[in-house]
Amino acid sequence: MSITEVQFQATAVQDAPAQAIEGRSQWQLTWRRLRNDNVAVISVVVIGLVILFALAAPLIAHATGHGVDVAFPNTGEDASGQPVGPGTHGFLLGTDEIGRDLLVRIAYGARISLFVGILTTAIATVAGVSIGLIAGYFGGLVDTFLARVIDAALAFPFIVLALALAAVFHPSLAIVIGVITFFSWAGISRIVRGQTLSLKEKEYIEAARSIGAGPWRIMFIDILPNLLGPVLVLATLYIPTAVTFEATLSFLGIGIPEPAPSWGNILGEAQSFYQTSWWYVVFPAAALLITTLAFNLLGDGIRDAMDPRTERIFAGSKASRRKRGKRRGQAGQDADLGMGLVVPAGGEG
Amino acid sequence: MARFLFRRILTGILEPVTAQYWHFLTNLVQGNLGKSFFLQEPVTTVIKQDLPPTISVVIGGMALWLIAGLSVGILSATRARSFFDRFATVGVLAGISAPTFVVGELLIIFVFVQLNDHGISFIQTGYTAITADPVGWLGAMILPWITLAIVQAAVYTRLSRGSLLDTMGEDYIRTARSKGISERRVLFRHAVRSALTPVVSQLGIDIGALLGGVLVVEVVFGLQGLGQETITSISQGDQPVVIGFVILASLFVVVANIIVDMSYAALDPRVRIT
Repeated sequence: MSITEVQFQATAVQDAPAQAIEGRSQWQLTWRRLRNDNVAVISVVVIGLVILFALAAPLIAHATGHGVDVAFPNTGEDASGQPVGPGTHGFLLGTDEIGRDLLVRIAYGARISLFVGILTTAIATVAGVSIGLIAGYFGGLVDTFLARVIDAALAFPFIVLALALAAVFHPSLAIVIGVITFFSWAGISRIVRGQTLSLKEKEYIEAARSIGAGPWRIMFIDILPNLLGPVLVLATLYIPTAVTFEATLSFLGIGIPEPAPSWGNILGEAQSFYQTSWWYVVFPAAALLITTLAFNLLGDGIRDAMDPRTERIFAGSKASRRKRGKRRGQAGQDADLGMGLVVPAGGEG
Repeated sequence: MARFLFRRILTGILEPVTAQYWHFLTNLVQGNLGKSFFLQEPVTTVIKQDLPPTISVVIGGMALWLIAGLSVGILSATRARSFFDRFATVGVLAGISAPTFVVGELLIIFVFVQLNDHGISFIQTGYTAITADPVGWLGAMILPWITLAIVQAAVYTRLSRGSLLDTMGEDYIRTARSKGISERRVLFRHAVRSALTPVVSQLGIDIGALLGGVLVVEVVFGLQGLGQETITSISQGDQPVVIGFVILASLFVVVANIIVDMSYAALDPRVRIT
């Protein structure tokens, strides 16, 4: 490149029409990318609809005139006492084996699933973040102790503990929430601890300490905001995991006790009726699948939106023609957010 | 006899806890796990009865999910960001989202019930011993295998894709290419081998955990395996069986992890100690 070329380029830059250059924060960038991600937008809409469906459960019960625990032996069962199919006698999704409206029960089941999913994730996130921060920041004996507790919690067989608890106490919503929370916080803790270990060596933490900031201020005001990204992604991915756990426990009869409807215990009951009543299995299963898939897709979308290295998987084919070798070179130039996240697995076989 | 048993039980309870534990340990070393409270059988007999269904499900399912997971993972990684890759990504998420029992029940409705309604009775639920009827065994196992494969393959696809993409960027792959080796040989002889390391460690965890009882699959397909027996004995408070099963499950986890550790060296020359 000759000197004149450089000069030409320099003037060209100066001559370019004055464009307002806007600084965008990381969150603004993430938000913009997320909005352009069709799959994430659709997921949000679906999640919104499921939440609306759950909130509207009493309205649905009112509109259909079918209470959640009210059996309709005359209209809701056929002559031989079997469940009736979708659309019969005003039962839009059919009935279960004692003639209760499946639509109303699935709507009320959505309340329990979302409540358990969101509440356990919230508790687990707060607990996991606090414990991870404390372990990572203080280090030493505190860390050794807490890290072992985290390992122990991760090593516990999930269903066996739930079974044992359900055998000693009676199955209840509280036990379900307790068990799922107990198995969720440790994964978050481990990641937060790892991130804290590296973040606390950064210069700005040293600067904070030198102006006299205490450990709690540093942990929660200086370090925590830098962890919010990965934690948000993890939390979004833990919600479907918790929903699945709740459904699995209820399916096995050690979760939400009857007659309260949960997608899991409806499916557990439906097990004896798959020969005759497909709707009894298919509709609650679809509700469960749609909900967990939407949360998982949203979580993946948020992660992609936060990670500057991600090429837009669903946004056009330009990226797909790029040669394989280029990927690494590009990755090196962008900032690494440290988003090597562990996705929680979907539960035990 | 009754009086003798009564005295045995009484002395057993009256002994100090440490002595009871010592008895338990000496019996354990001799392969005696005690007697079930409810079944009036030694725990080892219960284990022998319940092991075949569980092992059949896990081993067959593993073969299926490894074939599916690895081939999709390798194809996705070598064609990164292609249409196939995108399609696989969504498929993987669907697999991860799907609870095991939902997959199982849907398979029962759409495969088992449909086929049997149309007079094809090859696929059945429940367990048929392989020694008694190999064909019946296969028919009974196919749906559990597919269920397990759908749920598990997703994790393996994601794992092998990510790991292989990282490995393909390593310097030694470039060196191998520059030697003029064919791309296929680079992929299978050099890249896939070391990319399998995280896959194998995940496999160790899964196999160990699943052999302890593929609980949900067993419940859905009515297989009387370790998982179902665990549920029954916990709810009945049958402690010798529970303890025996927990010990067995731990044994599976430990053995699976030892095998995994040994296979690292076979897969990746960089891990070899000598």
